[in-house]
Amino acid sequence: MTQDGTTQDTAPILQVDHLTMRFGGLVAVDDLSFSARRSEITAIIGPNGAGKTTVFNCLTGFYKPTEGMIALHHPRYDEPFLLERMEEHQISEHASVARTFQNIRLFGGMTVLENLLVAQHNVLRRASFYSIAGLLGLERFKRAEAEAIDFASYWLEKLRLIDRADDAAGDLPYGAQRRLEIARCMCTRPALLCLDEPAAGLNRRESAELNETLSWIKQEHGTSILLIEHDMGVVMGISDHIVVLDYGCKISDGTPEFVRNDPTVIAAYLGVEEEEVKQVEAEVGR
Amino acid sequence: MAERVVTAAGVTAEPSEVAEAIKEAFIAACIALILFIAIVGIKTENAQEGLILVYRLGWAIGLAAAIGVLRLVFDLFVWRRVLSRTSAGSALPSTGLKSALAIAIGIIYLIGALFFLVPGAQSGATDLVAGPFAGTSWQDGVETFMDLAGVVFLAVFVLVTAMAAVLAVRRIWRSIASSQAAVAGPTLTPSSLLDHLTAQFAPALLAVAVILPILVAGPQQRYALDTAIQVLTYIMLGWGLNIVVGLAGLLDLGYVAFYAVGAYSYALIATEFGWSFWVCLPLAGMFAALWGIILGFPVLRLRGDYLAIVTLAFGEIIRIVLLNWYSLTNGPDGISRIPKITFFGLNFARYGEGTKFHEFFGLEYSAIYRIIFLYYVILLLALMVNFVSHRLRRLPIGRAWEAMREDEIACRSLGINITITKLTAFAIGAMFGGFAGSFFATRQGFISPESFTFQESALVLAIVVLGGLGSQIGVVIAAVVLLGSSEFFRELSEYRMLIFGASMVTIMVWRPRGLIASRAPTVVLKERKAISGDLVREGAG
Repeated sequence: MTQDGTTQDTAPILQVDHLTMRFGGLVAVDDLSFSARRSEITAIIGPNGAGKTTVFNCLTGFYKPTEGMIALHHPRYDEPFLLERMEEHQISEHASVARTFQNIRLFGGMTVLENLLVAQHNVLRRASFYSIAGLLGLERFKRAEAEAIDFASYWLEKLRLIDRADDAAGDLPYGAQRRLEIARCMCTRPALLCLDEPAAGLNRRESAELNETLSWIKQEHGTSILLIEHDMGVVMGISDHIVVLDYGCKISDGTPEFVRNDPTVIAAYLGVEEEEVKQVEAEVGR
Repeated sequence: MAERVVTAAGVTAEPSEVAEAIKEAFIAACIALILFIAIVGIKTENAQEGLILVYRLGWAIGLAAAIGVLRLVFDLFVWRRVLSRTSAGSALPSTGLKSALAIAIGIIYLIGALFFLVPGAQSGATDLVAGPFAGTSWQDGVETFMDLAGVVFLAVFVLVTAMAAVLAVRRIWRSIASSQAAVAGPTLTPSSLLDHLTAQFAPALLAVAVILPILVAGPQQRYALDTAIQVLTYIMLGWGLNIVVGLAGLLDLGYVAFYAVGAYSYALIATEFGWSFWVCLPLAGMFAALWGIILGFPVLRLRGDYLAIVTLAFGEIIRIVLLNWYSLTNGPDGISRIPKITFFGLNFARYGEGTKFHEFFGLEYSAIYRIIFLYYVILLLALMVNFVSHRLRRLPIGRAWEAMREDEIACRSLGINITITKLTAFAIGAMFGGFAGSFFATRQGFISPESFTFQESALVLAIVVLGGLGSQIGVVIAAVVLLGSSEFFRELSEYRMLIFGASMVTIMVWRPRGLIASRAPTVVLKERKAISGDLVREGAG
């Protein structure tokens, strides 16, 4: 695997090797290998249908890959987690991978605060001692719940949602729902945050805010971020490393600068000017 | 007098406002009078010559007057802003016309109600019409016709009064909502009104429930308590099913299976081993929970209609097994002579072995003691179920149930184990059903598969849906309305099913999300706000 154009060489948090996902005759992801480094923002881009979301679904356990290995090197453990062998709830609980969804999936009938407490389910469940301490109303559970609310308030504050904490999540405007989904992920204390098109449907100002938020999360919390995005403003602005997919294959991999100038990417994804087509085709070797 | 009170409170009130308030209070009193004449004003009592009617019109008028005064006080003090808004603005231009219409309809109904509900008047009318045909078969025909007309009238009367009441509540609600939107400040918001209702209505209801045996003392005590026990059993079942359907969003059409498992577990253990009710109760609950898990496993991956079909089948399987496993369950003959409940070892029998309750306390023997005790047992059990499910809702597992109802995929991405979450919902719901079942067995003394048909599942589900999915108080109201109305109209025999069906359809048309449609949040940072039912999902099942 080549690391074209990369300068740094920190330890990877995620290593995907020879990942293949077939649905019957359709090969959605074909022998894909890439890695994402710790405390960096890695973007996966590619035209519609390139297999980006399928990669996400394999990472988070929603699909079981046909072939390949996905290793997550959690900073706190020596042994990597092999995500392709884990159930999706274990991936979140043990391997600390959190994800958002392309079409927002909030608990619309629950309040914003409740959404964030659901995200801290496993912490609270252990504190409630499988509901027994909670049922008896023991101090131990009450303390844990107060801490969970404080932690949720912290993220609400950071994502400018604190004023809507007691409103139903389904009542929030679109941009706020996107932010809430990120806050909910962060409440699971993830090592790797996977964002599926977080800027979709956001206006210019909102996506600029999103850029700031993501950079802040990366710097302040050291969370590694994996990002699927079509908004080039977001991708080029904050990514440390970009992987480009087309028809389930990786066509480019490197820094934003490298990818931006990669003729293969330009041909396959960004499109080319009419007069450059021949030149690009020659370079690509068609 | 109203004006004096207002000025005494130091608030300036427009005279038109006071007039408006008095008018509203008068309308309220009229509506109350119409309702109370039917409910309080006329009462049947057992006398030596059979059922006789007792008139308590004074009571009805007194209560109606009290409602009127209450409304006046509310209008002038609590809802004052609302009133000033509606009277000052042009929000309701035809208020005068509407209230005139309402009063006219009210008077018509009052006359009609008096005419049909007072037997004297009715028979007078019958005589008047049938007079010329006295002694002929014509008279019977006319009497039948008048009876039928009475029933139809009663049904229409109940529907229209219910309609009027619902409309009135909605109007008040809407006016409060609009005032809340317009006026910033300490005013009564719909959500805080809901809080008031649940915070004050529920304890009041509980207080009534606790002193009920005293309230209904008299010749009707036995009947009233039996009805109350019946209602409480269904409330308990409703609360149990509410966990599965209302919180976890899993449509369970076979809930009666757990009721049956609980009843048979208790009956078999008690008759075979002679253990006491309080030992068998947790065992029966555990058996039912086990069956809940057994049902849960195959349906883990099922959603929607498929889940409903499998749970329905499960309910039927349990019933058919009970019917055919003759060696264990005695088949269709059922299990009889199930030990009756004892008061800490004291039994309620008149003769026989053991220490008797009435002897121990030096009382005259009466069958009512057992009924009263049963009543308190079921009240206690129901309250326990309520307490536990109330607590569970605020625990991680309860939030996971609700989150699962809202979005199962998001739940999985947040590290919630869906298998465990679904199975606990089934198990805990089933356990409460099992408790209710064993209570049913000890109360009846005899059980057979006939008691556990799909009809029961449907009734419990109707209570949950009608009350509003996930709402505890909604289940109480729905159980009282459904079972209470069918008891209340018992004299109408099969016609009451018409009323039952009509009232259910009516409620579902008006409030498609059930009586209490809004969802109360389980945790609050600053201000408690009720969540509109439109946002809350019904779950995949």
